[in-house]
Amino acid sequence: MNAQPIADNLFTDDNMTALVGARNKQTGHISFPLPLTPNDDIEPIALASRGTVWTYTVQRFPPKTPYAGPADPENFKPYIVAYVSLPGQTMVESRLTGVEPEDVKIGMEVELTAIPLDPDAPASEQKMIHAFQPV
Amino acid sequence: MSDVCIVGAGIHPFGRTEGRDGMDQGVYAVRQALADTGIAWEDVEFAFGGSAASGAADTMVSKLGLTGIQFINVSNGCATGGSALNAAASAIKSGEYEIGMAVGFDKHPRGAFNADPGAYGLPNWYGEAGYMLTTQFFGAKIMRYLHENDLSREALGRVSEKAFRNGAKTDHAWRRSEVDLETIMNAPMISDPLNKYMFCSPAEGAVALILASEKKAKELGGPMIRLKTSVMRTRPPGSFEVFAASIDNERGGTATEIAAKAAFEQAGMGPEDIDVAQLQDTESGAEIMHMAENGFCPHGDQEKWLIEGRTEINGALPVNTDGGCLACGEPIGASGLRQVYENVVQLRGTAGERQVPGDPKTAYTQVYGAPGVSAVTILQR
Repeated sequence: MNAQPIADNLFTDDNMTALVGARNKQTGHISFPLPLTPNDDIEPIALASRGTVWTYTVQRFPPKTPYAGPADPENFKPYIVAYVSLPGQTMVESRLTGVEPEDVKIGMEVELTAIPLDPDAPASEQKMIHAFQPV
Repeated sequence: MSDVCIVGAGIHPFGRTEGRDGMDQGVYAVRQALADTGIAWEDVEFAFGGSAASGAADTMVSKLGLTGIQFINVSNGCATGGSALNAAASAIKSGEYEIGMAVGFDKHPRGAFNADPGAYGLPNWYGEAGYMLTTQFFGAKIMRYLHENDLSREALGRVSEKAFRNGAKTDHAWRRSEVDLETIMNAPMISDPLNKYMFCSPAEGAVALILASEKKAKELGGPMIRLKTSVMRTRPPGSFEVFAASIDNERGGTATEIAAKAAFEQAGMGPEDIDVAQLQDTESGAEIMHMAENGFCPHGDQEKWLIEGRTEINGALPVNTDGGCLACGEPIGASGLRQVYENVVQLRGTAGERQVPGDPKTAYTQVYGAPGVSAVTILQR
């Protein structure tokens, strides 16, 4: 079995090519992710896979639960958390991958990918999360 | 309408007190406030109070005395103390009561606040993937703000340096040692651009304030500290709040801007009329943003203000004279009331080593927190 997305309804499909956003049918307002409980006013929408970094930070210490990634203080690798502006839609909170913290620039162009939450887990157990990488 | 006056104030020192729970710290603060006012618990007609993690405030009647008073619990996140004060002031303004109390207290475990995604309407993956941290929000928010307003990271360090300098002069503060700018700037990063000296910590503490009508305050005979306004507001569209898996491309205002505007209108004054201010400084960046959001300086001027020392105790607008949350820590239920306590002390002229010079007449507080709430008070002597 291939690596699976960490949750249903996060990506549009198992190839993880787009994130699922929530579009309000009355107002057209788009947000992410889908609400926890179904809502007649909300329809799923595929979010753009390219955008620009609006802001970011770096998670420098291992988070406590409910974090389910590698949290061993000795080997913890800091990760980048950004808000990526998808034109005409919304800004999505996302990991950045393929770039070091010191090289991140506000305004840089990025595209959607999926990364394993724990790269050291066996392939069959890997949970994939969304991330954006420099174009 | 009668003015509402603050006739007594009590505080349990902030920080860590082993062997005394949050509620008992609240009781300690109440007893101190009663003694400060020169009244007995039996004289208090009503109370509003709250804590985020230390139980229902009204149960403290079992320690204070079963006088049968109206005691309403307030649960409003980081604005709990501000909301309790607001409600207490309204009860007096309405004419229903002459004298009452607002109390806030808390005791949190060490380390960053832990949060459950479901409680915020978020899916479990949000927490599992490592987004459920308030520290990330503060880092990402100030990162954007520094970028947009061309401010350097050193401005963040200057806020912390001032906080510890003021905290060293404050009896009720937790962090009582000065830290120099170089040490601050070189400390380990927590969530870029914020490092360990730039975040406040969850802590313990309690504050109680006794409020009275103008008539009652005159009878009591102490200094007349008038609560000119107490305003609490929630967020407008397009604000940037904690635990947001997405935010709108179209940016909007902030709860603080709305609360500040309403407060100045109600008090019939402007930012230029304020002599001392206590502004929410959950982290250094918050103080910087709030200097502008409350109208005290234009966005982008903060670093200049800090370099010139304008927000120091002897500056043009002293900010966070007791070291703020950075030096006192943050017991959620008590934090907003600590700001008001500090202003009462400053307006009475009894702040000792940290007293703002020049006989301050007006004092401002602003507390901000999840999920986008802000509470402002203006006091006048």
